[in-house]
Amino acid sequence: MSDELFRLTIHQAAGLLRRREITSVELTQAVLERIYAVDNAVRAYLSLMPEAALERAAAADCALAAADDPASLPALLGIPLAIKDVILVEGAPTTCGSKMLEDFVSPFEATVIGKLRAAGAVLLGKTNTDEFAMGSSTENSAFVATRNPWDLSRVPGGSSGGSAAAVAADECLAALGSDTGGSVRQPAALCGVVGIKPTYGRVSRYGLTAFASSLDQIGCLTKDVTDAALLLHAIAGHDPLDSTSMDAPIPDYAAALGLARSETGQSYEARSETGQSFGALGLARSETGQSYETSVALAGLRPSQPLHGLRVGVPREYFIDGMQPEVEQAVRAAIDALVSLGAELREISLPHTQYALPVYYLIAPAEASANLARYDGVRYGLRHPDAQTMWEGFKLSRGAGFGPEVKRRIMLGAYALSAGYYDAYYLKAQQVRTLLKRDFDLAFQQVDVIAAPVSPTTAFRVGEKADDPMSMYLADVFTLSLNLAGNCGLSVPCGFDLQGLPIGLQLIGPAFGEAAILRAAYAYEQATDWRARRPVVGERWPVNGKRRTVNGKR
Amino acid sequence: MYHVVIGMELHAQLQTQSKMFCGCSADYWAAPPNSHVCPVCLAMPGVLPVINAKAVEQTVRAGLALNCQIAPFSVFARKNYHYPDLPKGYQISQYELPLCHDGWLLIEGEDGQPKRIGIRRAHLEEDTGKSIHVGPLGPGSERADHPTDGATLIDLNRAGLPLLEIVTEADMASGEEAYRYLVKLRTILRTLGVNSGDMEKGAMRCEVNLSLRTAEQAAAGQYGVKVEVKNLNSFKAVRDSIAYEIQRQTAVLDGGRAVRQVTMGWDENRRCTVVQRGKESSEDYRYFPEPDLPPLELSRAWVEGVRASLPELPDARAARFVRDCGLTARDAALLTVERAVADWFEAAVAAYGGAPREVANWVTGQLFALLKSEEGDIASLPFQPAELADLIRLVDAGTINRNTGKKVLEQMVATGQPPAAIVEAQGLAQLSDEADLVQVIDALLAANPGEVAKYRAGKTSLLGWFMGQVMKETRGKANPDLVRRLVTQRLDG
Repeated sequence: MSDELFRLTIHQAAGLLRRREITSVELTQAVLERIYAVDNAVRAYLSLMPEAALERAAAADCALAAADDPASLPALLGIPLAIKDVILVEGAPTTCGSKMLEDFVSPFEATVIGKLRAAGAVLLGKTNTDEFAMGSSTENSAFVATRNPWDLSRVPGGSSGGSAAAVAADECLAALGSDTGGSVRQPAALCGVVGIKPTYGRVSRYGLTAFASSLDQIGCLTKDVTDAALLLHAIAGHDPLDSTSMDAPIPDYAAALGLARSETGQSYEARSETGQSFGALGLARSETGQSYETSVALAGLRPSQPLHGLRVGVPREYFIDGMQPEVEQAVRAAIDALVSLGAELREISLPHTQYALPVYYLIAPAEASANLARYDGVRYGLRHPDAQTMWEGFKLSRGAGFGPEVKRRIMLGAYALSAGYYDAYYLKAQQVRTLLKRDFDLAFQQVDVIAAPVSPTTAFRVGEKADDPMSMYLADVFTLSLNLAGNCGLSVPCGFDLQGLPIGLQLIGPAFGEAAILRAAYAYEQATDWRARRPVVGERWPVNGKRRTVNGKR
Repeated sequence: MYHVVIGMELHAQLQTQSKMFCGCSADYWAAPPNSHVCPVCLAMPGVLPVINAKAVEQTVRAGLALNCQIAPFSVFARKNYHYPDLPKGYQISQYELPLCHDGWLLIEGEDGQPKRIGIRRAHLEEDTGKSIHVGPLGPGSERADHPTDGATLIDLNRAGLPLLEIVTEADMASGEEAYRYLVKLRTILRTLGVNSGDMEKGAMRCEVNLSLRTAEQAAAGQYGVKVEVKNLNSFKAVRDSIAYEIQRQTAVLDGGRAVRQVTMGWDENRRCTVVQRGKESSEDYRYFPEPDLPPLELSRAWVEGVRASLPELPDARAARFVRDCGLTARDAALLTVERAVADWFEAAVAAYGGAPREVANWVTGQLFALLKSEEGDIASLPFQPAELADLIRLVDAGTINRNTGKKVLEQMVATGQPPAAIVEAQGLAQLSDEADLVQVIDALLAANPGEVAKYRAGKTSLLGWFMGQVMKETRGKANPDLVRRLVTQRLDG
């Protein structure tokens, strides 16, 4: 194992670190080597902080060595993580994938980063994103198009494509992303990793560059569900600096999965490590990759029923014409698997779903048009050298700093808010948003969790939709309702298409229902073996790209 | 003649420790440029506003003092426009649901009767920074490495300071009424401790909306074209600019032309208004509710707690002066227009110990006249209220007469010397020695036998002439009552 430490999950690495079988420096060094080996192919990172990372790893090793009771140490101590480049890390560049902020180095940092530091996590670098998180393929980055580790000719999804690709390619143990309309869940699905968008207000947005303030939420991209529970627990909570963060109790999400801290100090040993759960369900690991067949095998068994009593809703509006057939088959098979695990199935309706996309594309651009007004070249960011006057400075700087998708959304948003159109567009959209939220409220009176697809298709080719904004917008058609309603959702791998590209199952929970969706996802994950299949990234690619290496705050 | 319709918008900086949405110190005056800033008020990526609770409380205090309804549920909104001194590219303000609405303030109308000026709304927002557009000799121009000619320098110390915006109904009918409204409003805000009232430092800024209409229009409930007047840096500028605008618009209308809907700026040097911008360039601010801040919900109990903590306000104080001090309504009103005056008056009353009405006569009469001619205010007087009380007691005791007292007060204002010292140094004490006065009187009667004869023949009105001569001879220091008695004795005896 020691030669491939980068393949570890957080909970596996935490156990090894606590048993002192590995050090954080070894782990961090292994992950950095992995990045150097594959990132010229994947292009997940925009900047790296190797020196600072190794220093923090060494500090974590000291803490681990000095601890009388290693089990009491934070789960993330010494764990190398990647951060989407819309989240501010002090002393590190935060470009938001935009030329506007190409040279911006943050003088302060996000609340979530402070929490990660306090937990002893090691920060490796900043991952690529669609410009200001606007996009579903990471192609809207002003710097580079990140590739999908499963097929380098394809996109990783977006906008947290850099984070999703980095996790899938083992270039970090886990990563933070942000989700405004599906930007964590969709790339997680397309890259075959776990991605959770918490309830609006669950995680502080302070230090997350705003795209659409009422929709944005920081989320986690991880290799498995256990890690998602651990990482979410570390970043969740009320923040006095974010008035929209909620002062709600933070459950022990890992405990909610049925995991317990081991009394011997091997904290968070997942049952999968013991081999128990796979065996208990008698599932066969698919060698062929057409693994939604597993549910067929499963249906004939009488496995243990960890989801006994869980009411799972299946919204009829989420299975639409034009979906890729394998996606629908895989998701339906996954839903059958949930039933086999004891869940009760209920067909439900979320009748206003068809309006989610148009509502989203009024509200999100409207908020963005104001949120992006601050990038004027006056205090920081790109300032055009040719400007002769103040107003010319605004126009030239913004004209040169923003890419076409950002400009498109600023114009859409400004139009929706303008005098004479506000009532018809923005106000009407907010009214329909209330109906969308009510759809979920009513549904969650009947069910505990909603199961649905994440993305209508698997990863598409780089350039395939780049010139067709509408088809790109449809990539988020199943995910953005949650952002409008404010509740939580996650993506967990549930199979592969005929080309071997990953498919994600979306599990949607009510507000602050993260524990329920994590528990359902965990049971499903343990009953299946999709995790076993990993992408083979062209190792040892020739070094031809230029990557910024910086030293962030130690 | 036209009916004048005036409404006003006033921005008042609240007196909080920190800015509206971040922890930066609000005490920015005279601080080096951009020294009171942080990521939040610099609008760095990813920052979020947090509402300053003190600012909300101060706004509610002002709202209650202005007899407003306090909204149990109010909403912050983004007002979008680009300017270099507006870091976020939008100002967080309130639009559809302000904190305070539908109140009123009482002033003395032009006709001398009490008049209610309606308060449409009072809401909370944040201030902008300052833009300094630099000419050839601007700051930094002496430095070769620092070319600033034509540059715009930005100081963001002020950016994000809490501002209270108070919007009136169009209830004022003259510059004088607008002036009285502002004076009264300033007194209320100062009394509440929510604003310094310092216009020179920009702590209060106002804009006037003014239109003229004919009697027929007024009868039909119609209004004329509204003109906005800005760049008003003093209450006097408000009064003068209104007088100028009334004249200008009257001339336009009398000439059969139409008033244009424009924004005018007051030019203090040329003492006229000049067009700043036309209606065609008016901006669309694209207001929408601020998604970074949840709606502000205030419980009734909290609002009532704030109400209970309000200090005595000018109207209540005036009523108390009438009730407890026996002042006339007019004197009471005069003494409570400014808090400093009322405080000064009460301190003098306490030091005096006699009838408050006597103190009121001195303050509203001689002292106000002196302040007006010296263009000073009561805070700049070089003597204490207790020294006015000393002066009044000198008059009461007959040490000096009332007219001498007025002269002594004049010198107190000029020099700050205590009244007793002035009386002593200048020998102003009354002559009350009978023997001395008899000498003077006898000499006078001896020198004017004709007048004595006329008096004794029945022309008793000459008594005043004799007294005047005695006062003249004694340079006004003689005790008038004593002189009257002695002259009468001598002439009648």
